[in-house]
Formats: sequence, C-alpha cells, structure tokens
Amino acid sequence: MTGTAAAVLLALCPLLLVGGFLLGRRTAHPAGRSDVGSPVEHATFETLHTASLAAPPLRAGLTEDTARKSARRLRTLLGTDALCLTNRSTVLAWDGVGEHHAKLVMERLAGLLPTGRSAAFDCGCDDVDCPLRWAVAAPIVVDQRVLGALVAYAPRDSAVLARAADEVARWVSVQLELAELDRSRTRVIEAEIKALRAQISPHFIFNSLAAIASFVRTDPERARELLLEFADFTRYSFRRHGEFTTLADELHSIDQYLALVRARFGERLAVTLQIAPEVLPVSLPFLCLQPLVENAVKHGLEGAVTRSRITISAQDAGAEAEVVIEDDGIGMEPEALRRILRGEGGPSAGIGLSNVDERLRQVFGDDYGLVIETGVGAGMKITVRIPKYRAGVHSSPPEHDPA
Amino acid sequence: MNEAYAIPAVAAVVLVTVLIGGFGLRISRTTSDFYVASRTVGPSLNAAAISGEYLSAASFLGVAGLVLVYGPDMLWYPVGYTAGYLVLLVFVAAPLRRSGAYTLPDFAEGRLESRQVRTVVSVLVVGVGWLYLVPQLQGAGLTLQILTGAPRWLGGALVAAVVVLAVAAGGMRSITFVQAFQYWLKLTALLVPAFFLLLAWHRDGGAPPAFPAVPDLPASGAGAGQPIATSRADHPLYATYGLIVATFLGTMGLPHVVVRFYTSPHGRAARRTTVFVLALIGFFYLLPPLYGWLGRLYAPELTHTPDADAAVLLLPGRAVGGLGGDLLGALVAGGAFAAFLSTASGLTMAVAGVLSQDVLPARGVRHFRLATVLAMTVPLGGTLLVSAVPVADAVGMAFAVSASSFCPLLVLGIWWRRLTPPGALAGLLLGGGSALAAVTLTFAEVVRSGWLHTLLAWPAVWSVPVGFLAMILVSLATPGSIPPHTSATMTRLHLPESLTVRQTAAAAEGGSTSPPGTKSTPSGTSTPSGTSTPSGTSFPGSTSSTGSTSTREGR
Repeated sequence: MTGTAAAVLLALCPLLLVGGFLLGRRTAHPAGRSDVGSPVEHATFETLHTASLAAPPLRAGLTEDTARKSARRLRTLLGTDALCLTNRSTVLAWDGVGEHHAKLVMERLAGLLPTGRSAAFDCGCDDVDCPLRWAVAAPIVVDQRVLGALVAYAPRDSAVLARAADEVARWVSVQLELAELDRSRTRVIEAEIKALRAQISPHFIFNSLAAIASFVRTDPERARELLLEFADFTRYSFRRHGEFTTLADELHSIDQYLALVRARFGERLAVTLQIAPEVLPVSLPFLCLQPLVENAVKHGLEGAVTRSRITISAQDAGAEAEVVIEDDGIGMEPEALRRILRGEGGPSAGIGLSNVDERLRQVFGDDYGLVIETGVGAGMKITVRIPKYRAGVHSSPPEHDPA
Repeated sequence: MNEAYAIPAVAAVVLVTVLIGGFGLRISRTTSDFYVASRTVGPSLNAAAISGEYLSAASFLGVAGLVLVYGPDMLWYPVGYTAGYLVLLVFVAAPLRRSGAYTLPDFAEGRLESRQVRTVVSVLVVGVGWLYLVPQLQGAGLTLQILTGAPRWLGGALVAAVVVLAVAAGGMRSITFVQAFQYWLKLTALLVPAFFLLLAWHRDGGAPPAFPAVPDLPASGAGAGQPIATSRADHPLYATYGLIVATFLGTMGLPHVVVRFYTSPHGRAARRTTVFVLALIGFFYLLPPLYGWLGRLYAPELTHTPDADAAVLLLPGRAVGGLGGDLLGALVAGGAFAAFLSTASGLTMAVAGVLSQDVLPARGVRHFRLATVLAMTVPLGGTLLVSAVPVADAVGMAFAVSASSFCPLLVLGIWWRRLTPPGALAGLLLGGGSALAAVTLTFAEVVRSGWLHTLLAWPAVWSVPVGFLAMILVSLATPGSIPPHTSATMTRLHLPESLTVRQTAAAAEGGSTSPPGTKSTPSGTSTPSGTSTPSGTSFPGSTSSTGSTSTREGR
C-alpha cells in the first residue's frame, strides 16, 4: 500500500530533521577530545578549556557569587587541595577541603594587600590531620589597585605552585579588567542617553517657546494646546525610569514633537503616518525613534527646499515590526554617513544616529542595526527592524502625573 | 450545485481577502489623525480577528458532517472548541500577554531561561501547525471538488498558493482587519442560508429528522475515515472524553491563536478579548449543528459516503432549490473558502515565524519568505499523500498534541514557581512526543482496529496526564535548576502592568517619590474582565489620549 508507505515517510520527516540536526551538532562539537594530538597538546587543551569555563563568571565582576562559581574552576586549573578568593576585607569564596582556615586568611594577607606582592606562608594548623600545611597568596590587581587575593593551599611548599598561582592571579586580573571595561562601556551608553535627553533642550526649547509665543495673541487656544504638547513631550523625554518603552508611547511623543515643529514651520512641513495597530505594543529602547525623526525634519527643512514631506510607517512583518522614516530633503553623502555611524563624525554631527544604531545593536543583536538609504539630494530613508520579543526587553508604561 | 454562481463567489472571497490584506492600511493619514492612527486594536476587533482565524474548515464543514452521521452526540465538538477559550481565559490569557511573548517559544524562553526548551517548543509548534494545516487543505480540496468537479488536490493547492503568495509578499500586513472581516463573512455565510433553510423546512412540513440509535456507518472500505469511525462507535465514552480533554486544554496552545494575543496592549485587554471571543464563537457554533440536523433530513445518503463534510455545501441546493438555492450555495462556498484561507494564513504565518526564528539559520525578510514556502509545502505534501480523515477528527488530533505539550507548559509555567527547564523538557517530550507519535501512527493507519487504535486516535486522555506528571515529577527532582529570575518573571506575569512599573520605579528612585500605592492608576486594580468599564478606557490608545486630555482640563 503506497499511500501508507508515503504517510510513514512523511511522518518520519520531522524525526529525520531532528536527527540530522543532532548529528550535525555532534560533528561540529565533538564530545570526546581523545583524537586531538599528543598528551602535551591534550593537556594544553584541557587547561584552556578549564580557563574558558572560569572566565564567564569573572566577567561579571568580583562578588561572592561569581567568586564561588569561578573558584571551583580555578582550583581545577591549579590542581590544589584548597583555593580561596578574597576581596580587600573578607573571604569571598573557599573551594576544597579545610574550610576552617578561612577565618585566618585575612590576617595572613595583612602584608600583601597594601603592597601588592605575592607571599607564601605556613598555615600553622593545630589539626594534625589537616592536609593544608603551606599556602601561597597572589594579589589580584586591576588598574594598579589591589582588589583582593587568590590563595592556594598545598600539603608542602612548592615553587611550581607559587609560580602557577601568580600566573592564575594575573589571568583573573585581566578578566576583571575586561569586566571593568564592559561596565564602563555600558556607562558610556547610559551617559549618551542622558546627553541625548539633555540635547533636546537648548535649540528645540527656544524655538518651540518662540513659536508658541507667536500664537499667544492671535490664537490663544492653539498656544495653550501647544504648551501642553510641550509639557507632555518634555515629561516623556526626561522621564527617569525604564530603559524600554512601547512603540505606541514613542510614536505618541514623536507626534507631540511634530506638532511643535509644525507650529514653527507651518505649511513647509507635511507629515504622513501609516501605522499598523498590531505593532503598537512592541517594546523598544527608550528614545530610539525620536532622534531619527528629528534628523529627518532637520534634513528636510535644510537648504532651499520650500516644502518637505516626511513619511513615518510602522508595519507588521511576521515576528518583527518594521519602522520606516523617510524624508525628501537634501540627503547625505553615503561616506559621510558611514563615518558618523562609526562614531568618527566629529562633534558637529551629533550623536543621534550612531547612538540609536549602537543601542539597537546592543539590545537586539548586530542583525538589527539601522538600515539607511540615502544620496546627495535624494532624501533619506531609515529602516528600523524591531523583534516582537527579546528576552529581557520589557517596556514600562508611561509615567502619569503623580498628582 | 451551479458552478456559475459558486466560482465567482470563491474568487470574490479570495480577491477581497488579498485586497484588504494588502491595502487596508495604505490609506495615508496626517498627524492630525494621529490618535486614530495610533489607536491599538480594541478587544472587540481583536476578538473578531481571533475568531475569524480560529473558525476553520473543521468548524465550518466538519461539525455539520459529524452531526449528520452520528447525531447529537457530536455536539461535544462545538462545545469543546468553545470551552477551550474558557480555560484559556481563566488560566492563561492575561499572564501570557504580560509575559510579552509573541510566540510559544518566546514564552518558554522567557519563563524558563533555557534555549533548549525553546528549541523543543519550536519543533512542537511546527508539528502542531502542520497537523492543523493538513485538514484545512483537504477541506478546500473537497469543497472545490463538489463545486466544480475538479480533482481533490486542486483546492488544497489553490489555497496553499494564495496563502503563500499573500503572506510571502507581505500582503497580510493588516492581518487583524482581514481576519475580523473573515469572521463576519463566515457568520453571514452560515446565518443567512440557515434562515432560508428553516423557512424551507417549515414549508416542507417541519418534521424533525430521525437519528438512529446506532449510527449507520459508511459501508466498509468506503473511505479512509473508516477505522476512526468504527473505533468511535465501539468506544463512544472513551472517544468523547478524549475529545473533551483535547479541545478544552488544547486551544491555549494553538500557534495561530497565541500570536493574536500579542496585539492586545495589556493583560486586562487580553482577558476582555477572550470574553468577546467566547461570545462570538459561541454564537457561531449554534449554526453548524443546525446544518447537520437538516442535512439528516435533506441529504441522508451522505452518511454512506466519506464526504459527509460536504453537507453544509449541498444543503441550500437540496432544501431551497432553484436560483435562490444556487445563490445561497455560492454564499456558503465563499464562506467555506474564507474559513480555509483565514485559518491557513494564520497558521502559515505562525509556523513560518517559528521556522525563520528558530530553525532556519539566519534572519531577514528573504528567510521569512523561504520559511513561508516551507511551512506550506510540507502540509500540502501531506494532503496529497494521506488519505482523507473527517476534517473535525483530524483537527482534533492537532488539539490533542497541543493539549499534551503546551497546556502543561503554560499552566505550570504560569501557576507553579517550581517548574524547572529539565522538567519542562521531560513533559514536552513525553506528553507532546507521545501524542504526536500516536497521531502520526493513526494517520499512517498502522493499527486499524481494536482498543489500541482507539487509544492512538484519541490520545489526550492518557497523554495529557503523562505530560503534566512528567513535568511535575522531574521538576521536583531537579530543584537546583529553577531559573534564577523566577520570582521576577512570576511577578511580571501576575501583577497588572501599571503596578509592576510603579514598584520598580520607586525602587530605582530610592523611594524618593511617594509610595507606589498612592500612585497606582485605577487600571492597576483591575478586576477580572467582564466587569463593565466605560468603553473609552478599553482602548489603551485612547486611554493615553483621554489621559492627556484630562490633564489638560485639570490645569
């Protein structure tokens, strides 16, 4: 019965797919390393593997939790009976036997921590059965500051262990320096967001207020409306909590921004919005579309153009939302744009575009950077793709009036 | 049946679907209309969209066919299809929306913080989607055959081609409007003819049809639905329980239903949406049994063929007759195609989304198109290879797989903080895997009769407990691997959004602001939906606008 056979074959398709996937994985990452080189090479690989396992926790900085996780690996790396990680004041983690020594460690390190020199000492343990008789302590130094120490214990003194402990402590230091680097990079981005919020203020605030002032006598109702738009817009832009927002809130703020801009430029600026309601709940980094619109307004109205049209569209595209911001302004030399995105644009270029690009990549991955199509005199089209779900990205609703 | 009316009706449905999908939102808007443009999808529109996507060939054709052959016992099908939303409403709707997940793999990853679980869920989602697509395409084949005499495969291929072209070309961008339109179209296509059918029945004397105590089954060898039919007749109680468990618990895991909830702006709106869905599909399901009942009177010979599913299509011609009958028949045919198109496009989008995100290597628009083709090719191949099983039974099997894998994952994931990734994996593989295997064996007709066949054809009775037990026991055995952020995740799932944020905001600002309780908005103290709120606040888009208007008035 061919129908039955074919059906069975079809049913097997998913199984075959899964089987093939597993087989491919197995081939790509062989479980056994037995076929790799000589014993020396094998030992090298083992060491590097252990080191690579110890690295990830350390990249989060030196805390009790990360020290506990990495101490296990570091002890394997050194092959000692016990290993201890401390900061400047307390023991963070003890791995291995003889935990009663942990109480005495800090006294022993009194000489090491201020100087940053390695030291070896006898344990002087009263317990005759205790295997820990000798220890070597090596400092963990980040930016020429002693953060703590790594103490390795052994049954007897050993020059090899002293040397190895030194090297491992240095390796730990490097990992912690990298952690410090990660942190400062995040701080830079945070500072840039703050700068971005601050950047909104001077020109925009003067121009908006001037535009509003011009309506106060002729059209007081409009002036009042605009002032309230202005208040809402600044409240959103200066809000302090939450790294993420929803597309609906971001678009709402853009609408207020455009209302203020149009109060100033009147008929010179035409705006078209096309928004699919399905994508409004999408979460995205705070203030990551507004700078793009600001950019489009600036480009559109620069030069001798009498009228400018800006189109903003947000469409549903499967598991992603696609936001396109387009203007018919003066455009830009692609090479100059590339420089700006690389962060080499100089202070005059502003930090809007490159900051948005960088934050999108940081949150959603490198696949989700800005896509910009432009040429001199050809306008500019910026496409942003936002995945509908990404672990850890949760928007906060808008802050309402505390009153 | 007169094809001169039916073919234009089907063509019109296809065309209108594609047009609304492609151009529904091309109408440009200026900033002054921003509040209109940015209004989120309200619960009633979203509910119509969910219902439109949910009411598939099984509901439109299958239920009537089963009632026609087996009598009122089959009313459990529409009851089950509807009651699934009640379970969804009570246990899942709001927390699932608050999790921020777009698909089930997203939920698994967010709750259990494990890529492995995500992968397994992805595979199961694709499996359930394909299982659900096969009967849709078969139903389309049957419909087109009855309308025009075309070969069976043509209807399925037609629906597959339209869906792939529309989805891959990005033509389903305003999918909410398309699906909402499809719901009202399907309802009209059954409601209007039903009215005339009842008039005709009254004219003919109004005698109720007789259902024999023991259904006269299709003659042996008449079709492939045979083993399922015999085993249902042999073990009616078990089969009914299997159906009830599968449909009550399976609805919450259907891939095309889950993604629609993302459109709701917050958990409370998701719950309100579900209440509307219950009303909409509850009303719809009053109609198919009526067709089955009248079918018994006007087309009793269908019980002896495997094509009882065609009852809905044939009735208007039989009972009313003449030009009116032809026109009504064309309306029903159009509605049937709306059913195939809406469910198939929703499923294809959901399956293609999962394929492009988790199975195919790279991302991007081109890969989504490739995934769309792949998502449709496999079930189309299945349609051609697997012989016809009654549509409602085939859909019931997709429900069974969903109930044994996703129901434990969602219910335990939302309500039990001790669920661990290994536990979830064990439950998914044992529960979902065994149900999938059972269903595959049934389709392949490996076992053709006896208790074993009954067990395999209605697996939910044993596979759902297996899934729950495996998940609970393995989770209890691995307390060490409870995901580290479980408390934070559970808080987000169960607290209304506005409350969660007040707390984190207050914490972030070092308590410098007033305590969170005093700041919480009325929506923070949301009660289960069904409480009447002014319609203005049910649209968050307008909430923000009324919010700012009231601020204006305040100053």
